[in-house]
Amino acid sequence: MKTRKRSNAPIFWGLFGAGGMMAALFGPMLVFITGIAVPLGLLLPAGTMSYANMLAFAQNFIGKGFIFAVIFLFIWHAGHRIHHSLHEVGIHPGIVSKLLTYGLAAVVSLVAGVALLGLGF
Amino acid sequence: MSEQKIIEIEVLRYLPESDQAPHSEVYKVPFTDDMSVLQGVQYIKDNFDGSLTFRWSCRMAICGSCGMMINGIPKLSCETFIRDYYPQRISVEALAHFPIEKDLVVDLSGFIEKLEAIQPYIIPKEPRTVEEGEYIQTPAQFAEYIQYTSCINCVLCYAACPHTALSPDFIGPGAMALLHRYNMDSRDGGKAQRMELAASEDGVYNCSAVGYCSEVCPKKVDPGNAVNINKINAGMDYFLRFLSPKGGAK
Repeated sequence: MKTRKRSNAPIFWGLFGAGGMMAALFGPMLVFITGIAVPLGLLLPAGTMSYANMLAFAQNFIGKGFIFAVIFLFIWHAGHRIHHSLHEVGIHPGIVSKLLTYGLAAVVSLVAGVALLGLGF
Repeated sequence: MSEQKIIEIEVLRYLPESDQAPHSEVYKVPFTDDMSVLQGVQYIKDNFDGSLTFRWSCRMAICGSCGMMINGIPKLSCETFIRDYYPQRISVEALAHFPIEKDLVVDLSGFIEKLEAIQPYIIPKEPRTVEEGEYIQTPAQFAEYIQYTSCINCVLCYAACPHTALSPDFIGPGAMALLHRYNMDSRDGGKAQRMELAASEDGVYNCSAVGYCSEVCPKKVDPGNAVNINKINAGMDYFLRFLSPKGGAK
């Protein structure tokens, strides 16, 4: 019988699944808060997303973790989805498609992590 | 009696001995409201061109032989009725994603190899002698897998799945549904062997959850669900195998 190699997809599929869950739970409300409510001054108190508030949020241990989780999981979710979509439009999985998608996700994660840590606690 | 109705059926013809590529031919077929597309194709063979080749057997959606692309959708031609298309022309082609042997007959050898690979039979945990009696199973254990036993190997799901076209070695929806059927059977002990296949590079992660396989399934097997449940199973095994005393699938 043909020998088959075990797929390492569970790592990427796991990140994809976690990112999808994260996007479904937080995505719409983040779009509403950052894209609609704050710019239009709806519902939320003035200065909700002021620099001081946001800096304090990003310096808090939980706030930092939340920001990193949102960026990290969203970008890996997107990377995996785009990797599969490229396959569907005829750009077959290979080193190029992986660098474009998973590579980009890794770079964005790294930049987000370094920037968040750089803000201090 | 009302006037005889005529339907145009456009059939994709391909005779490997003489044709460079498949081509279409249109036939004007008289029909009655109780006629299936299969009967329309049979009418063409009986009255216009005896060389037209297609598979069929039971005429009642249980043998799984007569799958065709009907207006681009994989369907069993025996349970698809001409009256539902009239007065539009019906196009009939060989199932997508398979090599054509002749006209509407496709080469299923790739699928048969996949079916063999998943070991679609019970591999007993402990073989029992006749004296020891039958394998006992509760209704709840039976309910775990009964849905997946309805598969008739008609391969409509393979013609629907974009990934079987992109990755020809992908085990695919139908065989995965049967893999799951045996894995879920309380009498079976072959799960570890089958999961090696599901977790491999030809396995479940080729699927991007399009779900069209389940939509076209004439027996409501839901092969898409079987594939996606096993993404979770193979994923758990991938991360937890180091904790498992047997080391998980290889």
